[in-house]
Amino acid sequence: MYRYDEFDETLVRERARQFRGQVQRRLAGELREENFKPLRLQNGVYLQLHAYMLRVAIPYGQLNAKKLRQLAFIADKFDKGYGHFTTRQNIQYNWIRLADMPDVLDALADVEMHAIQTSGNCIRNVTSDHLAGANSDEIEDPRPWCEIIRQWSTFHPEFSSLPRKFKIAVTAATHDRAAVRVHDIGLHMKRNAEGRVGFEFIVGGGLGRTPYVGHTIREWVAKEDLLSYLEANMRVYNRYGRRDNKFKARIKILVNELGVAEYTREVEEEFAAQHAWEKVVLPQQEVDRISAYFAPPKFEERAATSAALDKAIAGDRVFARWTKNNLRAHRVPGYISVHIALKPQGVAPGDCTSDQMRAAADIAETYGLDDIRVAHEQDLVLPHVKLDDVPAVYAALKAAGMASSNAGMGSDIISCPGLDYCNLSNARSISVANEIQALFADPEFEDEVGTLHINVSGCINACGHHHVGHIGILGVDKKGEEFYQILFGGRADEKAAIGEIQGPGLKHEEVAPALKRVISKYLELRSSKTEKLADTMTRLGQAPFKEALYASA
Amino acid sequence: MPLLKQGKVVDDIWAHVEDGHELSPGGCLTVTLGRFLSEHDQLLARNRSIGVRLAVRDDPALLAPHLDHLHVIELQFPKYTDGRAFSQAQLLRRRYGYKGEIRAIGQVLRDQLRLMIRAGFDAMIIDEADAEAVYDFSAHEFSEFYQAASDTSDTIFQKRQKKRQGEG
Repeated sequence: MYRYDEFDETLVRERARQFRGQVQRRLAGELREENFKPLRLQNGVYLQLHAYMLRVAIPYGQLNAKKLRQLAFIADKFDKGYGHFTTRQNIQYNWIRLADMPDVLDALADVEMHAIQTSGNCIRNVTSDHLAGANSDEIEDPRPWCEIIRQWSTFHPEFSSLPRKFKIAVTAATHDRAAVRVHDIGLHMKRNAEGRVGFEFIVGGGLGRTPYVGHTIREWVAKEDLLSYLEANMRVYNRYGRRDNKFKARIKILVNELGVAEYTREVEEEFAAQHAWEKVVLPQQEVDRISAYFAPPKFEERAATSAALDKAIAGDRVFARWTKNNLRAHRVPGYISVHIALKPQGVAPGDCTSDQMRAAADIAETYGLDDIRVAHEQDLVLPHVKLDDVPAVYAALKAAGMASSNAGMGSDIISCPGLDYCNLSNARSISVANEIQALFADPEFEDEVGTLHINVSGCINACGHHHVGHIGILGVDKKGEEFYQILFGGRADEKAAIGEIQGPGLKHEEVAPALKRVISKYLELRSSKTEKLADTMTRLGQAPFKEALYASA
Repeated sequence: MPLLKQGKVVDDIWAHVEDGHELSPGGCLTVTLGRFLSEHDQLLARNRSIGVRLAVRDDPALLAPHLDHLHVIELQFPKYTDGRAFSQAQLLRRRYGYKGEIRAIGQVLRDQLRLMIRAGFDAMIIDEADAEAVYDFSAHEFSEFYQAASDTSDTIFQKRQKKRQGEG
């Protein structure tokens, strides 16, 4: 994991001190809320329905035990004993007093963390593959480049008042776990014809009110050109992005209004016009210094299978199910990545108590090479666990109430906080998610259905990413009553697609029964047990599922 | 409102003349980009100093051939959230090599001063009673920067490289 040097440390400390001064000015009445707003927003502080919310950056979802324990400490001391892991690999606290915010920032700085640029119209926390450095399908570890982008984008003097927020995601794997095609800029690391590793630039993707899959504007950009080419994109966006309407201000609108060809021409022209002294090129020694922090840990030479694990699986059906759903292949023999699904029945997806954070930290330290990731599915991940240790990890997770076996399954729902917490929201999300989860209360039924991504958003801002769920659910308000539109056919991976709205919205209590009919239809129509719902929909079209959706009406 | 030039309050000797209004015979005047481009021969010939007030949509490249003759370029912040002037300033300084005054006008907030200075602004009109104190504080709130910009401060990346070379 990257470690701050004295320069990174100074910057984060100075930021905490600056925000302390701003909060003092606000509390003393020297600063009105309207002028305080842009300042707090650049620091991840939102005014929510009930209190201030603080969003803490977890760059590319990377944590260790020390950081996670500090997040637990903050939850206990300044909040109500829990936090909420988000789809952008961050953590949010919903109940922090404004007067306490500066102390929280100091506590974060103590463990090399911050809340810089977690909100506001700037370059947000860069996200990446939660299995980076562990999976078997990446060409190299993307995290050094995520860290380089983090540093370059921090307090950028030109790009701190963009038309709208700006999200960058990076993956280096064949299978895209970072949803790079639905980000403002997605970077897909790949080799060119000469075998050199560089970046495919995918621009103008995004969800929200007007969802788009991004366009590839360059198949390959050399590593040494990464930051300069990013700057060219950012400058074109800063100068020409719309500012007359915040709902049309994201880069996806600019790309689509100009057309991909014209947008690309603008970027290429800007890139070509850069003088040598305008280029942002890090010395190779600096790239090497940052990369060294992400060198693979010392993996032991181990057998590719574990008799202890196989025996435990044979003796415990519940454990067997958990291993089937929550483990992901590791590139080193004898190791595996473990998903800790934060989606138990009846709890807001992504919520995690301070005790659970400490338990996960202990487990990571004992069995996981002190490495913990936040996945955009709002789960925690232990990327490096020995196969032999999996039964012990499971036992410890079970003791902490974190042994849900539903990673990637129907009840592993991505959801925004919804009307219960958010003042933008039109409808409840968590209660709908909970009712859908209840459909999968029987683990055998859930396994029968298999991989299924259900996403719930409480409004068109789409924080629950409903456009890219295999089944997406969008809460809308019609004359004071909550209705839910259902979308089919979305996906966020390398075959990214935007889901299609099926028809009129359903009432809150109609959603779960309607989804049950859709799932039954899938079980009836699938070609084999291995064909996923998303693939059956692709093969047969959405019509039979739409019919099932509205069958009761 | 006070005008700050390199952190000090100074008298504002510049006046802006809207399109369609007569220019006074002498003095220091700023005009719009459109007027400057169509009348620059006459404007620069007279015995006075000329500056240009760019709108946020204006392309600074159009001024590139004339920069040696300009004393002031005013860049606008219609709202503090509109950051187009940051790109205009960077282009004027770093791409076109403009050395004269770049002045921020409009909604200039103290908490943006540091970014403005880095982007190449050396003057701003700011709604603060004790403008110099505000400037002194805001300009020095941060001592470290990752990005090279229009000011001359060493970036973190440069400092690291120097440290490495010192060690080597």
